[in-house]
Amino acid sequence: MRAIRVQAEAFDPGAELARLEALGGGAVASFTGLVRGDGGLIDMTLEHYPAMTTRAMAAIAETAEARWPLIGLTLIHRYGVLVPGDRIVFVGTASSHRAAALESCAFLIDWLKTAAPFWKRERYADGRGAWVEAKAADDEATARWQAR
Amino acid sequence: MAIEILYFAWVREAIGADAETVNPPAEVTTIAELVGWLSGRSPGHAAAFADPTRLRAAIDQDFAGFDATIAGAREIALFPPVTGG
Repeated sequence: MRAIRVQAEAFDPGAELARLEALGGGAVASFTGLVRGDGGLIDMTLEHYPAMTTRAMAAIAETAEARWPLIGLTLIHRYGVLVPGDRIVFVGTASSHRAAALESCAFLIDWLKTAAPFWKRERYADGRGAWVEAKAADDEATARWQAR
Repeated sequence: MAIEILYFAWVREAIGADAETVNPPAEVTTIAELVGWLSGRSPGHAAAFADPTRLRAAIDQDFAGFDATIAGAREIALFPPVTGG
C-alpha cells in the first residue's frame, strides 16, 4: 500500500495509523511534523511546485520501498497557510520488521525535507516576513543515508 | 524553441511573475547560461539571479544541475533550495 497526498486540508494521524495497522505487518512507525510558534510566528505559507511535487514524492517512496521490506507507506504534505500547532507533514510506514519501519520512516522525512519542492514563508507578529532558508543540517541528514 | 520558465518562492517575488515563456538564443545551452541570459531581462531578474549558488533548478520536473543541457526542455523551474517537511 502506498498513499501520497499533497493537500491544503488538515489530516488525522490516528486515521492514517489505523490504515497502516490494518495491513497486518506487526510494525508501524510514523512521524508528524507540526508548525512551531517560535519567535512570535503568526503563520506560515507553504508554496510548492504542483507538477513536480507528487513525482518527487513518488520517487522518494520508491527509493524507500527498494531499500526496506515495507507493506505500507503513507506520505502527506500540506500546502497553503498554516498556524502554530498545525500538522504540516506525516510519514507512516508499515512492515513486518521493527527496524525497517523505524529506519524507513526516518529516511523518508529526511528526504522529504531536501528533495520535495516545498518552500516556507514565515510571518511574524512584529511585521517581519521571510522565506525559510534551507539548513545545512537537512542536507547532512539526507547525506547520511547516501553514505550507508 | 520556446521554453516555459517557472519561478518559486523569493525568486518568483523578485521577478514579479510566476512564469514566462522565453526563446533563448542558440548559444544558451545550459541552465547556468540560461540564468545568465535571463538576468538581462529586468532588474528583478538580475536581483533574483545575482547569486546563482542560492538557486536550484528543475528541467521538466526533475532536479537538474547548473551544467545540465536545456536542449529539448519544455519546462524549466528556478527556485531556492527547498524547505519543506
